[in-house]
Amino acid sequence: PNSFQTTFTPVSKDKNSQTAGHLAGGDTQSSNGPSGQFLARESIESPSKVLLMLVAGLSFSTRLYMITEPPHVCWDETHFGKMGSYYINRTFFFDVHPPLGKMLIGLAGYMSGYDGTFPFIKPGDKYENQNYWGMRGFCATLGSFLPIFAYLIVLELSNSCTAAIIAATLLIFDTGCITISQYILLDPILMFFIMAAVLSMVKFNQQRYRSFSASWWLWLVLTGINLAGALGVKFVGLFVIILVGLNTIWDLWRLLGDMSLSLVDIAKHFLARAFALILLPVILYVTIFAVHFVVLNKSGPGDGFFSSAFQSRLIGNNLHNASMPEYLAFGSTVTIKNLRIAGGYLHSHWHLYPEGVGARQQQVTAYLHKDYNNLWVVHRQQDNNSQSGNPDLVRHGDIVRLEHKETTRNLHSHLHEAPLTKKHFQVTGYGINGTGDANDLWQVEVCGGRKGDPVKVLRSKVRFLHRATGCVLYSSGKTLPKWGWEQIEVTCSPYLKETPSSQWNIEDHINPKLPNISLSVLKPNFLEILLESHIVMFRGNSGLKPKDNEMNSKPWHWPINYQGLRFSGVNATEYRVYLLGNPVVWWINLASLGLYLTMVAVASIATQRGFSLEHSLVLVRGGGLLMLGWLLHYAPFFTMGRILYFHHYFPAMLFSSMLTGLTLDILFRSADLLLHPPYSYWFQRAGQLLLLFSILYSFYLFHPLSYGMTGPLAHEPGSAMADLKWMDSWEF
Amino acid sequence: MLEMLQLPLVVTAQVDLLLVLVSLLAFWTRLSHLNYPNAVVFDEVYYGQFVSLYMKRVFFIDDSGPPLGHMILASGAYLGGFDGNFVWNRIGAEYPSTVNVWSLRLLPALCGALCVPLVYLLTLELKFSHLSALGAAVLLLLENSLIVQSRFMLLESVLIFFVLLAFFSYLRFHNKPRPPSPYWLILSGVSCGAAVGVKYMGLFSYLLLLVVASLHTWKLIGDKTISHVILCLVVVPVLLYVFWFYVHLSFLNRSGPHDQLMSSAFQASLQGGLSRITRGQPLEVAYGSQVTLRSSVSQPIPCWLHSHKVNYPIRYDNGRGSSHQQQVTCYPFKDVNNWWIIKDPGRQQLVVDTPPRPVRHGDVIQLVHGMTSRFLNSHDVAAPMSPHTQEVSGYIDFNVSMPAQNLWRVDISNREAESEVWKTILSEVRLIHVNTSAVLKLSGVSLPDWGFRQLEVVADKLFKAHSSSLEWTVEEHRYGTSQEQKEREAELHSPTHIDVDRKISFWAKFVELQWKMLTVKQEESEHKYSSSPLEWITMETNIAYWLHSSTNAQIHLIGNPVSWGVANLSLLAYQLLAVVYLLRRRRGLKDVPDGVWDQFVCLGCVCVGGWLVNFVPFLLMDKTLFLYHYLPALCYLYLLSPALLEHAHTHLLRYAHQPLRALCVGALAVLLSIFLTYRTFCPLTYGSPELSAHQLQGLKWRDTWDILYRRR
Repeated sequence: PNSFQTTFTPVSKDKNSQTAGHLAGGDTQSSNGPSGQFLARESIESPSKVLLMLVAGLSFSTRLYMITEPPHVCWDETHFGKMGSYYINRTFFFDVHPPLGKMLIGLAGYMSGYDGTFPFIKPGDKYENQNYWGMRGFCATLGSFLPIFAYLIVLELSNSCTAAIIAATLLIFDTGCITISQYILLDPILMFFIMAAVLSMVKFNQQRYRSFSASWWLWLVLTGINLAGALGVKFVGLFVIILVGLNTIWDLWRLLGDMSLSLVDIAKHFLARAFALILLPVILYVTIFAVHFVVLNKSGPGDGFFSSAFQSRLIGNNLHNASMPEYLAFGSTVTIKNLRIAGGYLHSHWHLYPEGVGARQQQVTAYLHKDYNNLWVVHRQQDNNSQSGNPDLVRHGDIVRLEHKETTRNLHSHLHEAPLTKKHFQVTGYGINGTGDANDLWQVEVCGGRKGDPVKVLRSKVRFLHRATGCVLYSSGKTLPKWGWEQIEVTCSPYLKETPSSQWNIEDHINPKLPNISLSVLKPNFLEILLESHIVMFRGNSGLKPKDNEMNSKPWHWPINYQGLRFSGVNATEYRVYLLGNPVVWWINLASLGLYLTMVAVASIATQRGFSLEHSLVLVRGGGLLMLGWLLHYAPFFTMGRILYFHHYFPAMLFSSMLTGLTLDILFRSADLLLHPPYSYWFQRAGQLLLLFSILYSFYLFHPLSYGMTGPLAHEPGSAMADLKWMDSWEF
Repeated sequence: MLEMLQLPLVVTAQVDLLLVLVSLLAFWTRLSHLNYPNAVVFDEVYYGQFVSLYMKRVFFIDDSGPPLGHMILASGAYLGGFDGNFVWNRIGAEYPSTVNVWSLRLLPALCGALCVPLVYLLTLELKFSHLSALGAAVLLLLENSLIVQSRFMLLESVLIFFVLLAFFSYLRFHNKPRPPSPYWLILSGVSCGAAVGVKYMGLFSYLLLLVVASLHTWKLIGDKTISHVILCLVVVPVLLYVFWFYVHLSFLNRSGPHDQLMSSAFQASLQGGLSRITRGQPLEVAYGSQVTLRSSVSQPIPCWLHSHKVNYPIRYDNGRGSSHQQQVTCYPFKDVNNWWIIKDPGRQQLVVDTPPRPVRHGDVIQLVHGMTSRFLNSHDVAAPMSPHTQEVSGYIDFNVSMPAQNLWRVDISNREAESEVWKTILSEVRLIHVNTSAVLKLSGVSLPDWGFRQLEVVADKLFKAHSSSLEWTVEEHRYGTSQEQKEREAELHSPTHIDVDRKISFWAKFVELQWKMLTVKQEESEHKYSSSPLEWITMETNIAYWLHSSTNAQIHLIGNPVSWGVANLSLLAYQLLAVVYLLRRRRGLKDVPDGVWDQFVCLGCVCVGGWLVNFVPFLLMDKTLFLYHYLPALCYLYLLSPALLEHAHTHLLRYAHQPLRALCVGALAVLLSIFLTYRTFCPLTYGSPELSAHQLQGLKWRDTWDILYRRR
């Protein structure tokens, strides 16, 4: 009972000072005010420098240790290494992530003497003599900054070296963080920018009493730059933008309530933030894309995802300085591209629609890659043979029959439901060698054209109206299941609204009887390219659906460290690396989340009942920010339909570790609520030591996961890791 | 005593005539001509099958919602004497005269009608005037889509009713002077339980109510009422939810079409079906037992370990080779080839000793295929479809130095819960290959034509712990008695049976059923009238519910476009007003007194919050959605509109007489036009009178609406 008296301060006693604080500085300060805070900061300055050096040293040494092992392609290095090479070779490609991360990888490779010739075909390929260490080293260096940033962030939020060092220790000795930093991946780069943004934001918050000073501007602008960086690497960067956005709104709300500021001051504050946190990142983000498009000017594997106009920019593409007959004619062989962004080419192949999906006729789909199955021949209604002399042009309103060149089936539609879009009709390939029925006839319409207008190759937007049912050829954008090879559904829509989905253009046009004319396609401007590439990226992202029969990772698996990812090696003889968090670290994190919520509940109930606890402000403010960060980087994955992997949790895990540092520190320091002074001090020290020891020992146990292991698998007899398979779901 | 008798007998009653009036109108709009059309309308075809199953007490699973909704519909059918003998196969099928259509549709219609007075009362509890309450009631009363949705055997109106009741009774409790009686609170808890029990969407409204209640009680921490609140709003709904399942499970005790989705133990608890087959089987599996082994994965269909007299092809299509031994598959139908005999590796005989020697956890056994006498075998040969795993075969010795590896260790994974002895149905067993320590499992892939499209069975070394594709249970079981192969085949062909009843506790059944309901994935495909949530706000879409078999008379789910517009407008206006108020209050400018501000905030919490929680989740859902999913959210907006108008009238325009008059005139004009649109769309709401094609064209206010008319 005695200790209660000393530590709980009944509110009634210093009510006056509290309310005064409220009026003067909004609700931001504790009662000891800014000067007290600065004093406290100076007193922790000197040990924190030493600790920071220690953290940095340990962090770099754990990340850079054995960086070149294993000397073969691991996991997603096959993608990102390849894309880095594309930058060095200036070849255009398509990826679902924004370009900054891969650009940096390419740059790092270029600087370290990698020449871009390694093909990165599949995981397990030996690097031989290639200079791959530069790219790995770059990622590892960025990854090494994470514990340092965590240290600084927690120090800033809690003013406690112990909390900061706990957070940094958790990250330094987490096998998962080490593994994910050591390879050519986007994640270390992404997490670097996320943490840098949070650090700058926290530093900026600390500058609130020196508005518009140089350091105020510095941290504000740095926040903006790092936000652009995070979003430029992966769209996951959006979550940290939301975090910073919420923090800024909260900050502005505080300023708005500060009656000592005039509305003009508030407007200044608002504009400064709008400039540094909205305008600046947008400009930087757009610049990244501008560089991307300027660097990649050669045709490559990503062409087919983009519109005809886009492709004409790329050196080596058949549309670059294209020359072909200008007007579409009967007897021509053509490819037909949907005008919807990432709409694909009209495509057919020797496979039938399966039983139960409309009529069992040949599939017609839209396909994003260039392929000879995209070729169609334009025929008149009746004749099949080419006539002598100059062929007639196809004009607006003409009736045509489109024959698939490879399979000689006609483009056909009828009153059956389409496979996915049930409101539309099915489109099939029907007939053989040109003989079909009345359902094979399509009327060509040039959008905005009149009867008799010819169809311009590349430039005309064309609709194909089905004669018998009056519907219009349409690409729904939905991905067909396995039987359709995951290509895009093509339907015949009874709704005649003009949308890009129902408009097509003629891309390739081959007709030996007509003279080729050099065409300069209307070059798209930068904004159009930017918009198009974003839509293509989003389509690509949502198209990454989990496949049947594949064991996929669920978000609830992640915090409990349920299952890792194999980076390299499967068999006993191979060099194996397994991405899995250090279970002790992860389970401490998980427990701390619960602990944090309990402590907040206790603290707020106590406050509501008229007691104020010593550390509750740090707990609610600092911890709240980290908790929000964790939630923002974790919760959205539950709603995502795309395929998910374990490594998506790592940004959230950083926040969780920082929260753990803060929570455990406050828990240890609150021991004096229950114990008398000497015991509470012992408890605090014992707790810290126990924590440190368990983290270090578990790292010693699990370090082979990161630095590689050979020999029998863990569940086989004689394995060095035998006793470490604590969960049956781990596969090392 | 005498004095008391001399007192006059007085009844003092206060009747809110407005309330009575709107209630009567609500009953009239919702209940008149309820049995027209005398045909299956839209989703009645879906709910109807479950009502029939209730009448026949046949077990079923419906993943669309908890059982209370179905039970309410079924109780209506029961009151009308429906016997369940009607085939719900297509929309528009005529009901025979034996079906009492009126009673089938009565309960949803009653709920729909009661929503109108509830909205009236709820507005009063939000502390707005009777005029606002009347406005809200009228908006609800004249909403064509709500009328359509209430008049048929559908669940939305029931859900809306319970949600509104929950909020009304909670607010009534909250507004009562302290200490309030807990009756309203209990009613609120019960309605929450009922709302969640009707549809899962009710959960979101329930959570909102909990948030509102906890905000209110936060101020009362330490007060005694807090325990009442927790008890009534948390414990009661949870208990009720479980109770619905208790009724559901104890009522449906016969086996039916969805049995196969459930575990063997669950099936055995139902009358008929599996329990008929397995009744009286010996419980403990012994050496010499003849068994069928069912894979515990019930996705997509159950299957049994199977083999047949066909070998794996020597080379697969992709050029890989096989062992060319006998195929072992998983087969989704009962078949004599599903029988296996459990053999002791150390002995030759295939009959059960007396007394039987039961198989225990950790024992090593061989499995002999009953019809072909091949041993279940696995070896280091890649499986046909999943090359990273081992092939499983019926061993044939081709003399190619490929020795038999046919020993399997029995690993009973639920031995803590059950027992060390292998039991029929109850034990979940993994079969671990002794030579390679791989586990027998279903790979989930079906074989191509050479394997008759049956499911592939493999042995996998790198197994995942909780994958139920590893578990097998013995389903049919008997003790083998014949040593000769011929006799044994005859024995296998003869049916099994004898008698005992297996008990499984309610909790086990509840957990299994709930889990199955949440995880059963039905083929989600687009429907002709499905729509995306963003289309609902502007009502881009409608749903054709019914079309007369010969004339143009038809029923559509189309809302009242004017009310719809009013709702959207008020939602926007509230948010705008709230932002302005907040910013100004932060600068110390109090536009309205604190009491009014609290009222305004409470209105927002309930109405805008209600709209959000009933709308936003749909944006994140990967399901086939329909316009009717928006109706609960819409009701909240109808509650908001008149209240907001009143707020503007009394506080914003207090001193501006000109705009005040304009506001009143405007409100009257809007009300009038709402009534007129209601009248206009009545033929599509009630399905009569029949309209001509030309008139129907006139009702197609939006291009995207699908209105049907027959060509003549």
